[in-house]
Amino acid sequence: MSRFSSFAVAVVVLACMVNAPAQAQVYGIGHAAGARDLAAWNIDVAADGAGLPKGSGSVSRGQAIYAQQCAACHGAKGEGKPADQLVGGKGTLSSPNPVKTIGSFWPYATTLFDFINRAMPYNAPQSLSADEVYALTAYLLYLNDVVPQGTVLDARSLPKVRMPNRDGFVNDNRPDTSNVACSKNCRHAARNIP
Amino acid sequence: MSSKTNSASEAGRRRFLRGGAGLGGALLGAALAPGARAEPLEVAPWSKTPGEPVLWHPYGQPSPYEKNVVRRSRGAAPLPGANSSMTPLQNLHGIITPTGLVFERHHAGIPQIDPDQHRLAVHGLVERPTIFTMDDLVRLPSVSRIHFLECSGNTGREWKGPGTASLQFSHGLLSCCEWTGVPLAVVLEEVGIKPDGAWILAEGADAAGMSRSIPLSKALDDALLVYAQNGERLRPEHGYPLRLFLPGFEGNMSVKWLRRLKVGREPFMTREETSKYTDSMPDGTARQFTFLMETKSVISFPAPDHRLREKGFYEISGLAWTGRGRIKRVDVSTDGGRSWSVAQLQEPVLDRALTRFRFSWRWDGAPTVLQSRALDETGYVQPSAAQLVDARGFESNYHFNAIQSWKVASDGVITNVQV
Repeated sequence: MSRFSSFAVAVVVLACMVNAPAQAQVYGIGHAAGARDLAAWNIDVAADGAGLPKGSGSVSRGQAIYAQQCAACHGAKGEGKPADQLVGGKGTLSSPNPVKTIGSFWPYATTLFDFINRAMPYNAPQSLSADEVYALTAYLLYLNDVVPQGTVLDARSLPKVRMPNRDGFVNDNRPDTSNVACSKNCRHAARNIP
Repeated sequence: MSSKTNSASEAGRRRFLRGGAGLGGALLGAALAPGARAEPLEVAPWSKTPGEPVLWHPYGQPSPYEKNVVRRSRGAAPLPGANSSMTPLQNLHGIITPTGLVFERHHAGIPQIDPDQHRLAVHGLVERPTIFTMDDLVRLPSVSRIHFLECSGNTGREWKGPGTASLQFSHGLLSCCEWTGVPLAVVLEEVGIKPDGAWILAEGADAAGMSRSIPLSKALDDALLVYAQNGERLRPEHGYPLRLFLPGFEGNMSVKWLRRLKVGREPFMTREETSKYTDSMPDGTARQFTFLMETKSVISFPAPDHRLREKGFYEISGLAWTGRGRIKRVDVSTDGGRSWSVAQLQEPVLDRALTRFRFSWRWDGAPTVLQSRALDETGYVQPSAAQLVDARGFESNYHFNAIQSWKVASDGVITNVQV
């Protein structure tokens, strides 16, 4: 009985430790890490631009890098094949054949920097400098008529670029069907009740 | 480790393969015609000589007669590392997917990671930014859970009518395993989440740096940091040495080769949760953060991968699952949806795991259509394809969970249809 009580107290104490705000470590396992320890992996760029590195790049520089690094998979002007189409599709999203590209679909320009920086080019990801990624971002936005030809992008200007489909996303509203589990004579009952 | 092969059984194997292993490969000797009288038994060569020694294969292999039970891909992708392969559901029994048959979806190939060099960094809005080694993570309290894993693109070829010729290609981005690891809540409590933390970026160590935003509520509820699958460490193609696992959520969020968790205030709006894995609607908008895998079922025998050789008794068998919790009931129709009867569920029926159902059927040899319809514990009923199209149009690609119809022709050939 007393053994059970002390066990119960221990459980309560542990539960309090777990639930308390800014609690101490429970197990003391793992290695404290500072900003410099994390820097090489801390590459994500948020929609508000947090995480964008120093550097800058122009549309014209981006055009040259694109021809070298990207065109083989994405086409000379971003028309795609074999990899994703990057340019075009304006006004198609509500058509029977939506063409989803950076210009027609992507809601944030910052995502373009984040993705190129982490994953492109496919055969050599994380090989481009920040300047090169800014330049490619500028060129792809220019090809999609999102920025003018003279554009130079950096950590301050990129988050201010407003994408055409910025407001095109909605929340998950499922369940959005209401089937009824009928058991007899139900062949044509299987449509949504309006 | 060359496998010494007994010459007599090897000869027998060749004879068998020449004769053609039937579907399932379970019949001995020459296949008997349906209904034919049995032939006199013979003593087989493998009964007349000792078989293979122990450690024939230090890591066990299926019988050579099961060599057709493998993952398959729909075709070559322009970038071979950015492709998927499907589980042969038509050949499986019970609810556990053998690890070597668990489906694959990679975005930039399978990294070969040295576990001693692997790290998990947990930082952002936390009290104690921390780097964990694999040894650290394995020391922490662990749990094992049986859950399904389904790609949100599974069955995505069916939106515009029957789009695949086999169960493996229509529903094979689906598997179910026992997953062992540390509850993510344990690690998050170890580092201390700051009050304004609400989302977590999960990032892989693969060449895609695969990244998704996970709601903190899910992370604290039931997310796992998984290092073992079906009793052994993860395979490279499933995230070795560490992956995230989010029960009931679309597969790509269970980020493989997990190297980093960063806590933030808002979703990180990665490429995979904006331009990909969002569901386009007819009005041009796209649904975002469609995490949940809805209730679904499919008949796995008989399926287009099989053929019925004669009329008579068959046990219809299939799988049902739901990201909402447990399957409550599965109904089967053997007349194209005019009438439905309750199928038997194999116990145990587990939370967000595959559930095996069975239904006894006597085929009269006439053409018909077989269907299954799952109900979950929340009362949700698996929809028809028409209902899904009514709600979402034809272009949402992901999350197709409609009732599947298999047409049985009078010659026993089975095809994918929508009725």
